[in-house]
Amino acid sequence: MDKRTIISLLALVVVAVFLAMSMIMLHQFGEPERMPMDDYIITNTQSETGTNNGVTAVVFDYRGFDTLGEATILFAAVAGVVALFRGFKK
Amino acid sequence: MDLLWNIPFITVAVLIIIGLYAVLARRNLIKIVIGISIIENGVNLFLITLGYRAGGLAPIYTSLPEGTSIPSGMVAPIPQALTLTSIVIGVAVLALMLSLVMHIYKHYNTLDPRRIRRLKE
Amino acid sequence: MNEMSKIVRTMSNILFPLILVFGFYVIMHGHLTPGGGFQGGAVVASGCAMLLVAYGSTWVHKKVKESLLSSFESIGAVMFISLAILGLIIGGVFFSNFLVSLHSIFGNIPPSGSTLSDVNTGGVLPLMNIAVGVKVIAGLFVVVLVMAYASKGLKEG
Repeated sequence: MDKRTIISLLALVVVAVFLAMSMIMLHQFGEPERMPMDDYIITNTQSETGTNNGVTAVVFDYRGFDTLGEATILFAAVAGVVALFRGFKK
Repeated sequence: MDLLWNIPFITVAVLIIIGLYAVLARRNLIKIVIGISIIENGVNLFLITLGYRAGGLAPIYTSLPEGTSIPSGMVAPIPQALTLTSIVIGVAVLALMLSLVMHIYKHYNTLDPRRIRRLKE
Repeated sequence: MNEMSKIVRTMSNILFPLILVFGFYVIMHGHLTPGGGFQGGAVVASGCAMLLVAYGSTWVHKKVKESLLSSFESIGAVMFISLAILGLIIGGVFFSNFLVSLHSIFGNIPPSGSTLSDVNTGGVLPLMNIAVGVKVIAGLFVVVLVMAYASKGLKEG
């Protein structure tokens, strides 16, 4: 299997060169572009949702659908693990 | 130089490359699973460092120190919420992968992925 | 798995209620300080995993069945979905924050700017935090318990 390992390592080198080049050409760390949606959320959190925490307001109120999908994934994974180990006696 | 200020992004690239090497060139199933977990950690770090404002505080109003300007002195809250979801999904996928590895070891009595070839029985 | 020595069991007996109190504090104050449902659930689940390591998986598996923990997780999921559907019935849109506009149980609105913390604020968010926290605790504890019990027969060979 040496030929397969050499080809996969060549592909890894190509991916690594593209990744490093794109990380260098990204914006400077600490000065992003204009973010109007985040400014709106920060200024209007306390009057619309009634909490002091901006991150919890985004997770449960402005983007509650993503939290619903994540709870479904967690439930499906736990059900899968319990179902796989059902007949696993010694 | 401009290169020195993007150190978090270069760390993300190094983490992803190390994880990809562990997936492609190792011959033990547990090491492949560890490589996938390293790739997920690199992607989560990339999501968080996209929303950083220089000199900013957390977007929480409880006992805020005086003199912070309200929208432009705080860090963006949306990438933090997306990273929370991504971490939980990583935990769920890791649990399923490890239980599958345990089943393979019980059936074939080896952890070498080149000796596990038959799909039936 | 076998159980550990007497020193380890005594120390984990002392530490477990403190971890439980800290985990519930992080879950309940999710709308005032950093934290919330997922983070507090992970803290309590690692406290339960510490008990599992100290007492051995055979003894714990005799006391706690998997069906009880599965019903806890289902209760958490049903509470989360019913809070969202209640928002559709009362407020008009899915996931609407109906407790803030009705000035009901959790219905204070904090003054703008830097404030002190008040648990009575937040609308429907503290109830959602509790639902997700119960779900995460039960889910992670079931995964650790099932894997520890099933790996007993794999040790030889």
